[in-house]
Amino acid sequence: MIRGMVHRYGSNVDTDVIIPARYLNTTDPKELASHCMEDIDPEFVKRVKPGDIIVAEDNFGCGSSREHAPIAIKESGIACVIANTFARIFYRNALNVGLPILECPDAVEGTRAGDILEVDLESGKISNVTTGKTYTAKPFPPFMQELIRVGGLVNYARSQLSRRTRAT
Amino acid sequence: MRLTEVRADAPKSVEEKEVKYPMGQTITQKILAAHCGKDYVEPGELINARLDFMLANDITAPIAIREFERIGAETVFDKDRIALVPDHSTPNKDINSAQLVKAVREFAKKHNITYWFEIGRVGIEHTLLPDEGLVLPGDCVIGADSHTCTYGAVGAFSTGVGSTDLAAAMALGETWFKVPEQMKFIYYGKLPKWVGGKDLILYTIGLIGVDGALYRTMEFTGEAIAELDMAGRFTMCNMAIEAGGKNGIIAPDDKTLEYVKPRAKRGYKVYASDPDAVYKDVVEIDVSKLEPMVSFPHLPENAKPVSEASDVRIDQVVIGSCTNGRIEDLRTAAELLRGRKVHRDVRLIVIPATQEIYLQALKEGLIEIFVEAGGAVSTPTCGPCLGGHMGVLAEGERAVATTNRNFVGRMGHTKSEVYLAGPAVAAASAVLGRIASPEELK
Repeated sequence: MIRGMVHRYGSNVDTDVIIPARYLNTTDPKELASHCMEDIDPEFVKRVKPGDIIVAEDNFGCGSSREHAPIAIKESGIACVIANTFARIFYRNALNVGLPILECPDAVEGTRAGDILEVDLESGKISNVTTGKTYTAKPFPPFMQELIRVGGLVNYARSQLSRRTRAT
Repeated sequence: MRLTEVRADAPKSVEEKEVKYPMGQTITQKILAAHCGKDYVEPGELINARLDFMLANDITAPIAIREFERIGAETVFDKDRIALVPDHSTPNKDINSAQLVKAVREFAKKHNITYWFEIGRVGIEHTLLPDEGLVLPGDCVIGADSHTCTYGAVGAFSTGVGSTDLAAAMALGETWFKVPEQMKFIYYGKLPKWVGGKDLILYTIGLIGVDGALYRTMEFTGEAIAELDMAGRFTMCNMAIEAGGKNGIIAPDDKTLEYVKPRAKRGYKVYASDPDAVYKDVVEIDVSKLEPMVSFPHLPENAKPVSEASDVRIDQVVIGSCTNGRIEDLRTAAELLRGRKVHRDVRLIVIPATQEIYLQALKEGLIEIFVEAGGAVSTPTCGPCLGGHMGVLAEGERAVATTNRNFVGRMGHTKSEVYLAGPAVAAASAVLGRIASPEELK
């Protein structure tokens, strides 16, 4: 169960504001996290606490394919991102780096900055402790649930490789 | 329904065979089906697809290499089907970038990667790879760069992914896709002078919004697309991602094959959409009434006709990038800059996308025109497009750029602004010191 404070954003939060390109000369997660959301919310890194939640509207993570973006968000302490929709490359990247994401327009609409949310990733249940309302996110398709279950794409690829090695 | 196959390695035996499907398919569906061993795939279906080619650059490859090593693969699946292209922060802009490029270079050497491009031979990835004949009609391609969708212009399925997806693909030679919903754009009418691929795509994104094609295919068709040169087609497919699209694609025609044939390093297959293919949406656009377009800060969807953009003073003009750094783009800009001077308050930066294009521009006298006009000409790099180097903006500065994104801080300071346009508007603006139509140059 995740419990944390909401950092609230609008639509089309792009990967350039999540992690500006001037910081892409490193792959160090801590260094990336220290500039997370810098160009849209310079106070974010000072405000964020482990377990906090980002809530945004449409097309979160649009733009560049930089995996540095979900890495920076995850390393900053954010436990989960909830949005109406995600840009497709960000969606894949978030799954691959183990940053939980949920699509739930009702929860987005009913959530303000500073609200406290409780999120159960297994069931997709989102409770807004501040308002007392509860919501249910769209579940992941079974294939993606399986990817998450095996511990992400790296583990999946590892098992595929060893299966091939055994077969030859 | 007909599936026409053409193989480059067997040009005399054009195969045609009748194939029965439950219903018509688009070119994208056919390519994806062929790469997962099926005759038919349906939008929404999850597939595991064999990959013909893949790439990463100096920003995305270092993470991909780290993840590749975590996977524990000893070798890459095929050293001839991976390109590593150090184009973003190169020539190395600082020590950290130099370290990253070095790590990619060492990986390329260790795994004997055929298509590692060293500085002096490298170009901007999405111009370089098609020009080198490495991405071809009918291919299924991924790249750890969002503008990988560019190769749809040669009739390939290609899409951007992140570094971990690329790492797994380098190990396995395949990846998973959800077959995207199909969206068709029909451009009809005659293209007015100065209206090109960039204007068509900016207009289209303005129409449908930056998530108007989210998770979908954008298939570009119609008489105006047939009229468009390859450069314009690359520009359009390049910016499919700016509407949220998974891929942009244009079915090959004679122009495509004329471009592909002398370059192709492998065999290829030409696919076309069936007349009864099913689309989620069809958008028809009359191009005959369009003007050159400009997308205002801070989203590509803020597209306006250039006539509505007067009196926007500018500090910089960038002509280049994976979107508009081709020889045709440079010719358009040079045509307008010949015998003219860049406005005294403007810095013009011209970046040919590859060394081949640079050399061609040199031979045609285009570089001379840019330099005599008072412009700076750079070696190929993504540089200023992403605010990396070679033209970063200060607070309050404005640029007209032939690049693809105008997000907050994209080219530098968070209080700087980028206006997206094609090379004609960019060149005219450089001369007049404000956003201007080429028609205004007397």
